[in-house]
Amino acid sequence: MARGKNDIKSFPGFLPMTILCLVILYAPLVVVTIYSLNDSNSITNWEGISFRWYADVFTGPESEKFKIAAWNSFTIAIIAATVSTTIATLAATAMVRGGRFRLRTVSFGLISLPLMVPEIVTAVATLIFFNSIGFTRGYLTILMAHIAFCIPFAYMPISARMQGIEDSYEQAAMDLYATKRQAFTKILMPLMLPGIISGYILAFIISLDDFIITNFVKGAGVETLPTAIFGSVKQGIKPNIMAISTMLLAVSIIMVTISYFVSKSDNTK
Amino acid sequence: MSDKDTIAVDVRDAVKRYGDFTALQRISLSIYDNEFFTLLGPSGCGKTTLLRMIAGFEDVTEGAIFLFGDEIEKLPPNKRPVNTVFQNYALFPHMTVTENVGFGLEMRGKSKSEARQRAGEMLELVQLSQFADRKPAQLSGGQQQRVALARALAPQPKVLLLDEPLSALDLKLRQAMRFELKELQRETGITFIFVTHDQEEALTMSDRIAVMSAGKLQQLGEAKEIYERPHNMFVADFIGETNLLEVSVDKIADGRAICHLGGGHELTCNEVPGVGVGSKVHMSVRPERLFLSDEPTESESLKGQVRDNIFVGTDIQTIIDLADGPQMIVRTSNSDRGNKRIFEPGAQAYVNMEQEAARLLVD
Repeated sequence: MARGKNDIKSFPGFLPMTILCLVILYAPLVVVTIYSLNDSNSITNWEGISFRWYADVFTGPESEKFKIAAWNSFTIAIIAATVSTTIATLAATAMVRGGRFRLRTVSFGLISLPLMVPEIVTAVATLIFFNSIGFTRGYLTILMAHIAFCIPFAYMPISARMQGIEDSYEQAAMDLYATKRQAFTKILMPLMLPGIISGYILAFIISLDDFIITNFVKGAGVETLPTAIFGSVKQGIKPNIMAISTMLLAVSIIMVTISYFVSKSDNTK
Repeated sequence: MSDKDTIAVDVRDAVKRYGDFTALQRISLSIYDNEFFTLLGPSGCGKTTLLRMIAGFEDVTEGAIFLFGDEIEKLPPNKRPVNTVFQNYALFPHMTVTENVGFGLEMRGKSKSEARQRAGEMLELVQLSQFADRKPAQLSGGQQQRVALARALAPQPKVLLLDEPLSALDLKLRQAMRFELKELQRETGITFIFVTHDQEEALTMSDRIAVMSAGKLQQLGEAKEIYERPHNMFVADFIGETNLLEVSVDKIADGRAICHLGGGHELTCNEVPGVGVGSKVHMSVRPERLFLSDEPTESESLKGQVRDNIFVGTDIQTIIDLADGPQMIVRTSNSDRGNKRIFEPGAQAYVNMEQEAARLLVD
C-alpha cells in the first residue's frame, strides 16, 4: 500500500505521543522489575543488583504464606479456565450453530453482560449470594466465582472463531458419510481449536490476577496470590513484593505470548 | 447417454414450506440413471432447496424422494449414497487435498491407506496430483473446484449433486469447466444433478433441463426442446433472448393459429391447447429466426422501420419498429453479411419469420 499524505506517521506529534503513551503504560512495570533486583531493604534507595528478594519469596518469613497462596491461585486458575472454557465452547456452539431461536440476542447479552458490569457489583452480588444460601466461604467459593466470571472471557474468542467457520463444512462432512459426532470432532473441533486455546489462556490469566471478587468471596485464612500480596502491602511495601509481582508479570507475559502464537499458527495454511 | 429405463431420483409431490412461506410447490420429476440433469431458474426459485432436499440438508414438508427405488427423504445426509459439490466448495481448510478427497472413504470405513490410494486416483482424474499435499487455501479457485469434485466423486456416489459449482469462477475457466464436467459425467457414468441460474450453462451441458420459477416446475425437457418450444412466458423469456409480443388469436385451423399484432400485422403461430379464438396471449419468436428484406417475401412479412443496429460480436442486432406496432429485435449472423443486406437506421424493411418460429405461449 502506498504511504500517502494521510499516513498516520506523518501527523505532527505522532512520535512524541507514541513515546508518552508507552512510557505511561510500561514505566511502572519497568520500575517494579528493576527494583525487584535491588540489594536493599528500602524500596526507594538503589544499592546494587541482587536476587536476594527472589530468594526471600521462597525462603523468607512470608514464603509459606506465598507458597500456599500460589498453589491456590494456580489450581483455581487451571480448574476455572478448564470448566469455563468447556461451558463457553458449548455455549458458542449453541449460539452460532443453534439456528435462529427465540431470545438469541438476549442470550448473547446475558453471556457478555458480565464483561461490562463493574466488578465490585459482581463481587458484592456473589458474596450476598453465597451468604444467603449459607455457603461457607473458602477455596470452593473462590473457585465457583472464578468459573462464573471467566465464562464470558473464554466465550468471546471462541465465538469469534466459530463465526468464521461456515456451517457448510459440517454439512460437507455429513454429506461425506460422517456422523454428527464425527463432523464435530474431525471438522469443527480442529477448526475451533485456536479460539478455544485463546479462550482458555484468557480465562486463566483473568482468574490468576483477579483481586476484587476473590477478596470478597474468599473465607478467612484462604488467600490467592493477589490477596496475599495485598495483605503484605498493607503492612508496608517490602522489596519481596516487587520480586513476586515481577514473577507474576513473567507468567502473564508467557501466557500472552503463547496465546499470540496460537492465534498466529493457523492450521489452515 | 442416459438410461431411460432406470430412474435414479424420483421426486414425488415434494413440498417445502418454511413457516408460511412455500419454497417448493408440489414438484414431481424423475431423473434418469446416467443423466446430466439441470435444475435451472433465477435465485429464489427453489432449485437449491430441491437439491438440498435430495442431499438431506432440508426436510421434506410433504411428498417423497426415491433414490433407485429406495425412499430416502427421512434419512440423514450421511446415510444417503449421494454426494454434493458445494457452491463455495466447503473444502476442509485444516486438511490437505488428499485428506479432503479421502475423507468420504474413511468415513465409510475404508482404511487410511486405501482412502489415500483412491484419493490419489481421483486427483489424477482431475489432474491435480501435484497438489496432493497442499492445503485448500494454497490453491486457486479453479483448483479448489476440482478438489471439491474429486472429493464428492471419490466415494462413488450413486448421484452427484452440484450446487452452482461454477459460479465463483471467471468466465474463461467457467467455459472450460463446462466441457470438463460434461466429460467427467460421461466417463464416470454417475447421474449428475446440476443447479444453476445460468441458462447458457444449462443449455450447453445438460441432457435434460427442469426450468423452475417461484417454487414451481415450469418446463422439463431437453435443451433444444426448451429453447425452441417454450411452454410459457417465463421459460421463453428466461432461456435465451426472444421477442415477446402480445397477440390476439383470430382463427385456428390445422394446428395453426392465425393471430394479429398491434398495428394489424398478421402472423401464424402454433396452436396451443387452452388458447381459443379471441384470446389475447403472448407469442415468442427468437431473434435469430427472423430475417429482414426490402420487399415482402412469400411468408408473412411485417413492415417496419429500422431504429438501430447493435454489433454484438458474432451477430448484428437490428432493432426495428413495426408500423403502428411493437418493437422487434432481429439477429443477423456476421458470417452472412455478404449475402444479407444490413439495413441502416431509418430504412424501411420487412421482418420475415422462418417456418414455425413463432410460438404461442400460455401465461
